[in-house]
Amino acid sequence: MTGLLIFAVIILLGVAIWQLSKIFQLTKIGAAVYNENSEVATDKDNNVNGWLMFAFVAFIYIFTIVGLVKWGHFALGTPASEHGPQYDNLLAISFWIIFTVQFLTQFLLHYFSFKYRGKQGNVAYYYADNDKLEFVWTIIPVIVLAVLILYGLYAWTNIMFVADEDKEDALYVEVYAKQFSWEVRYAGKDGVLGKANVRYIEGVNTMGVDMADPHAADDIPASELHLPKGKRVIFKFRSQDVLHSAYMPHFRAQMNVVPGMVTEFSFIPTLTTAEMREDQKIMNKVAHINDIRSKKSEELVADGKPALEPYTFDYLLLCNKICGPSHYNMQMKIVVDEKADFDKWIADQKTLGTAVKESQEKPAEGGEGAPATDTAAKDTAAAVIPQDTTKPVAQAAQPAAH
Amino acid sequence: MSAVGHEIHGHDDHHDAHDHHHKETFITKYIFSIDHKMIAKQYLITGTIMGIIGIVMSLLFRMQIAWPEESFTVFKVLLGDKFAPGGVMKNDIYLALVTIHGTIMVFFVLTAGLSGTFSNLLIPLQIGARDMASGFMNMVSYWLFFLSAVIMVISLFVEAGPASAGWTIYPPLSAIPEAIPGSGAGMTLWLVSMAIFIASSLMGSLNYVVTVINLRTKGMSMTRLPLTIWAFFVTAIIGIVSFPVLLSAALLLIMDRSFGTSFFLSDIFIAGEVTHYQGGSPVLFEHLFWFLGHPEVYIVLLPALGITSEIIATNARKPIFGYRAMIASILAIAFLSTIVWGHHMFVSGMNPFLGSVFTFTTLLIAIPSAVKAFNYITTLWRGNLQMNPAMLFSIGLVSTFISGGLTGIILGDSTLDINIHDTYFVVAHFHLVMGISALYGMFAGIYHWFPKMFGRMMNKTLGYIHFWVTAVCAYGVFFPMHFIGMAGLPRRYYSNSAFPLFDELQDVNVLITMFAIIGAAFQLIFLWNFFYSIFKGKRAVQNPWRSNTLEWTTPVEHIHGNWPGEIPEVYRWPYDYSKPGHDEDFVPQTVPMKEGEEQLHH
Repeated sequence: MTGLLIFAVIILLGVAIWQLSKIFQLTKIGAAVYNENSEVATDKDNNVNGWLMFAFVAFIYIFTIVGLVKWGHFALGTPASEHGPQYDNLLAISFWIIFTVQFLTQFLLHYFSFKYRGKQGNVAYYYADNDKLEFVWTIIPVIVLAVLILYGLYAWTNIMFVADEDKEDALYVEVYAKQFSWEVRYAGKDGVLGKANVRYIEGVNTMGVDMADPHAADDIPASELHLPKGKRVIFKFRSQDVLHSAYMPHFRAQMNVVPGMVTEFSFIPTLTTAEMREDQKIMNKVAHINDIRSKKSEELVADGKPALEPYTFDYLLLCNKICGPSHYNMQMKIVVDEKADFDKWIADQKTLGTAVKESQEKPAEGGEGAPATDTAAKDTAAAVIPQDTTKPVAQAAQPAAH
Repeated sequence: MSAVGHEIHGHDDHHDAHDHHHKETFITKYIFSIDHKMIAKQYLITGTIMGIIGIVMSLLFRMQIAWPEESFTVFKVLLGDKFAPGGVMKNDIYLALVTIHGTIMVFFVLTAGLSGTFSNLLIPLQIGARDMASGFMNMVSYWLFFLSAVIMVISLFVEAGPASAGWTIYPPLSAIPEAIPGSGAGMTLWLVSMAIFIASSLMGSLNYVVTVINLRTKGMSMTRLPLTIWAFFVTAIIGIVSFPVLLSAALLLIMDRSFGTSFFLSDIFIAGEVTHYQGGSPVLFEHLFWFLGHPEVYIVLLPALGITSEIIATNARKPIFGYRAMIASILAIAFLSTIVWGHHMFVSGMNPFLGSVFTFTTLLIAIPSAVKAFNYITTLWRGNLQMNPAMLFSIGLVSTFISGGLTGIILGDSTLDINIHDTYFVVAHFHLVMGISALYGMFAGIYHWFPKMFGRMMNKTLGYIHFWVTAVCAYGVFFPMHFIGMAGLPRRYYSNSAFPLFDELQDVNVLITMFAIIGAAFQLIFLWNFFYSIFKGKRAVQNPWRSNTLEWTTPVEHIHGNWPGEIPEVYRWPYDYSKPGHDEDFVPQTVPMKEGEEQLHH
């Protein structure tokens, strides 16, 4: 309703302005000079719009400054991965360049528009070419961009290509996407993820792991992503249905999740969840958000609705590629622990082998503990696998590169 | 073929009378017209109507983002009880609106509406031709466009809703109706509509290229062409190179959807069942899509830049600075635009080495873009600027082109793209650099060539109000989006309330929506001015802006064949404004060089 009212107000405002312009025009007719009434700009128009151009550059500057002051703190804050500071540094350099160029060019553009606003009797300067000038402003972007490209490529290579010796000691985690939730699977004791294909999906084996693969039984499925601080994590992403994107903004990490292939990303977490909650920027952010939430809660309570829960900081995994109606709520919590805590947590998790065995031991009364869709899945999957004509393509841990 | 077409018109010349055109009925004149000026107007009106639909859609989904899951009467009225039960927009309909908004604005408004209108209007008029090389093909091109627009609009009314997989229609989401309701009949209609659209676009583009190459009047060498024509010409070439690739992607997707092939699909488990798809790759689709999709950005933008070049020079009463550099930039941008598509796919799962290559080519494109911006600014320097509405929109275009283009340095860098890919930062970037800039180009073109199209003038005061409110609102909408993007807010979220982390961005989203509503409301002033002036505007004189180009040597009243007598001959480039040694501050291209007059090495 508010929207509609606002809409009505705006339309009325428009009408008012139109009427004003009518009056404006009527008053002009009295003072009609040559050219005044031909809808071509007159000296007066040039003057008014020239000044407005000058005002407009002020508007751009003020809007930028107000934006930076008021909204600057929206930025994600301290990065929580090893490559994060390098990323933020490159971003900062780029922003400095952008702000400098924006400041200068917008000024020149609007100032010239103001300064050289037309006047009867003025003659423009016939000036069509200047090779030197053009060379200068071709070469400056070339140099600046060369620097940015080189630095960017250096960082990109660092982030995307993991050296073989780093791979040995790494933690392999599969992140598995489906409409509209995430699952994870740890490689387990042997450090290798069991092969998988959606055609193996059955009961508790919701990620379609090939249980015949010797690497599979010790894999550990989980519904929360726990990561150890300071250890390289190599993510293998799989999707069972449509494209998703695994976005972990606080780690400056993102990779699309593509059905039919395994994509990869890797980083080293450097701050535990607990440490991040102590981070000054995050504390300010949380305080600010809780301010907003408590105000909103008051309104909700006044309406007889339940209040919002206060917000505590957690790392997030978001879906960032349009994936269906509930795309906007496809998330998973990420917990970064100290190495010891992580080891303890993972030791408490049930391996996939155990889970499958347990579910088989129980008579098939109707998939206990399995997600709702899997009841239907069971039959299909079971029907497909034994046929062996559509031999599942192994999707084991292999690089994403084709 | 073109020679034949030319001869026919030549034949008309000999008769040198207009009574040959009297056989025209209402249908041949206004509907199935083969006159390029009428076709241009048809494109413009159709594009405007599609633009209204596209912008209203954006208001609807902006309202949903600002006031998530609230009930609005306007939703009830426009979306109906099925798409907005109780006036609350459904989540898949939100995505449908986003999808169709993107499709309509990119293809139907900024490709057909902008390029279709002004290429058709200006190419024959500015190069001195009687009409397009093939008037018939031109007519077919328009009617195919019209048909595709109708099909796209029909798709809004199918039961499960229109296509809703984003304007990029990435499979599998777009291929499997179980994934999202819009991927049923709505998606089929989308693909059919786009296939027809591509056919239309190709016919138009081929016509433009042939016309520019073959039908230039005597003396109109390539380096005497106005920059508008250069822009349209090169745009048409990019279109010919890249649109067929989208057609192939669309055809393969149709086969995946309807005939059970697996070009883009593999290993899919959905709605509790494993599908039969095996061996395809969604990444392949992304490559094919963006092979068009990226050049498309320039298909949208280059005509706007061409229009701006012409308008800035005319209204600055000054030659465009660095004419040859401008042409070189257009060519460089066109070439580079076909080898940068991978920057949309840095995190798609393609080989990271490709990411390095595409970063390199992408950042290169900043160079010709920078040259263009600097040249525009220098053209203003020491000019005698006539602040007509078209000029204001042109200056506005340079401003948004810079603001939006600069953030491309961040997005084009594969490293930085990792964390802002698909966030509102991207939305801010491309809306400023191609959406708003191209729209400004379109507005500038309409204000400038309105007298040529309709023989009447648009009201300038309304034009000023239109510009200034639009300029403020455009920045008001898209500038704050950079900040919420830096906060990591993903685009295409129906509501941000599922994440407490984004609660602090809500006020900004409300502000953006307010700017959007105000900005859109003021477009009504433009629409009123436009339609009112068609019928009741002040009568235009032949050359109201005192411009050099050939279209202003034609009579105000349209005639088939453009010039009543012979086609004028051209003696100079189009930018001799304020040239010393002449009485007036403009020297039309048809004026012969004076004895000893210096010709610049433009």
